[in-house]
Amino acid sequence: MSDESVESAVEPVIALRGVRAELGSRTVLRGIDLTVHRGEVVAVLGANGSGKSTAIRSVIGQVPVSAGEIEIFGTPRGRFSDWKRVGYVPQRTTAAGGVPATVTEVVASGRLSRARFGVLRKADHEAIRRALALVGMADRAKDSVNALSGGQHQRVLIARALASEPELLIMDEPMAGVDLASQEVLAETLREQVGKGTTVLLVLHELGPLEPLIDRAVVLRDGCVLHDGPPPKAVGQHALPGHDHVHPHADPAAEPVRTGLLS
Amino acid sequence: MDLLNYAFMQRALLAAVLVGITAPAIGIYLVQRRQALMGDGIGHVAMTGVGLGFLLSWSPVWMATLVSVLGAVLMELIRWYGRTRGDIALAMLFYGGMAGGVMFINLAPTGSNANLMSYLFGSLSTVSQSDVTAICLLAAFVVLVTIGLRRQLFAVSQDEEFARVTGLPVRALNLLTAVTAAVTVTVAMRVVGLLLVSALMVVPVAAAQALSRSFAATFAIAVAIGVTVTISGTVTSYYQDVPPGATIVLLTIAAFLLLTALAAPVARRRARALEHAAGDPAECVIPEKVPAGRGSPDGLGV
Repeated sequence: MSDESVESAVEPVIALRGVRAELGSRTVLRGIDLTVHRGEVVAVLGANGSGKSTAIRSVIGQVPVSAGEIEIFGTPRGRFSDWKRVGYVPQRTTAAGGVPATVTEVVASGRLSRARFGVLRKADHEAIRRALALVGMADRAKDSVNALSGGQHQRVLIARALASEPELLIMDEPMAGVDLASQEVLAETLREQVGKGTTVLLVLHELGPLEPLIDRAVVLRDGCVLHDGPPPKAVGQHALPGHDHVHPHADPAAEPVRTGLLS
Repeated sequence: MDLLNYAFMQRALLAAVLVGITAPAIGIYLVQRRQALMGDGIGHVAMTGVGLGFLLSWSPVWMATLVSVLGAVLMELIRWYGRTRGDIALAMLFYGGMAGGVMFINLAPTGSNANLMSYLFGSLSTVSQSDVTAICLLAAFVVLVTIGLRRQLFAVSQDEEFARVTGLPVRALNLLTAVTAAVTVTVAMRVVGLLLVSALMVVPVAAAQALSRSFAATFAIAVAIGVTVTISGTVTSYYQDVPPGATIVLLTIAAFLLLTALAAPVARRRARALEHAAGDPAECVIPEKVPAGRGSPDGLGV
């Protein structure tokens, strides 16, 4: 850990080179290059089906890559195992499972990457409390996640990612289905994290309240990088203040297979 | 309590308690990952194991354990690799397992359909000393896994994708869940029977959900319900000469109905307390026109 800062000054935090990926028989990524440097906030934008979610999921190893290379903290993804440095917010609209669970229980699973053998010590419980405070959910810690609103679910999922105190946050549409008030809370949370030097890679449908935070935008179309540079200015209806553009969509091919009986 | 004087009842009660603990303990993770019927599928596959045990003159309990563990691993593999045809493959596995059981037991010199029935619906009074030993060993494994690895299993069952990014060995944990579920099925086989096992895995958890807000509480309440119904079902069957497996399952469902009915007022009170704490008004405050508009449909109906 001591030579981390030296190594990270040169190595990008995330590097994708010529990444191709297929879901079933459909080619979703056709050779993506994407680099995220330390302390940067990079947004991946694009229409539904442009491959932006797949690109992010290939970074965390959720989507198999057919060609190209991916490096995280300078390590090829296949050999990367230092997951406590990464916080991940998957694209989901709920933090709930099939059994009731409290907000603390859900957020605690984000701390497992730092806990040895799954045993949480005092420092771990404090980190979980801190993560909940960061998203303004400290007062709901003992409530069931089933009792939360959509925006609060998303805040719980982000707290879970922050519980391991990661250097890199990867978020897949953290604003999907989130009301404006919660969007502001999330933007504030993110601003604090970025202020502390956290690197952020996130998929967004549109920039929204996060716009001032974004250093760079990568726009995908049909699995290719269309634009890599300053965030594009919103035009037309999208530029209107308070424009709430929620698409709780799911890429059918990216969804796990539902076999009915078992999944 | 004269029933404790009989050795067969002591064995039956011990087996019943162990099933009451283990079935909900693994069942809660299956419910959490929305695979509530997995226990049922494993139960079908285990029938082939029972049949093979009779055919080869091995212990049906250990043979069923072996075959159902293999079946559970196969199901997990189908879940990974089987894309759209996954459900068909699973259906074939389940019904193949059941048909295999019937076939093998009829080929076996000592086996008969009556023997198979005792495994399908449970036969507590015929639990032998070696069965009890096997049940104790297998139950110890299940308890060790479900409590010792509760945080890991919780994380994987709650959100598999996220668990992978925390560096947890998701595939190994999924396999372990499947194997533990298979072991539980064989633990419960002698008590409630292969066809009713799944009820004890799922229904106590569903009943506990009515009362609890946290996973830990759901786990504790589900196990408490499991132990209560297995003991009372066993005792009832001793005095009333009713089949213990069916009694236990019906009692579990009764517990579910009772707790769900009781929980509605509790949930309402809890919601009210929450609103109170949040400082929200108890009712919507749009006083003038709403009551009049709301009241009129009754008058119009006359």
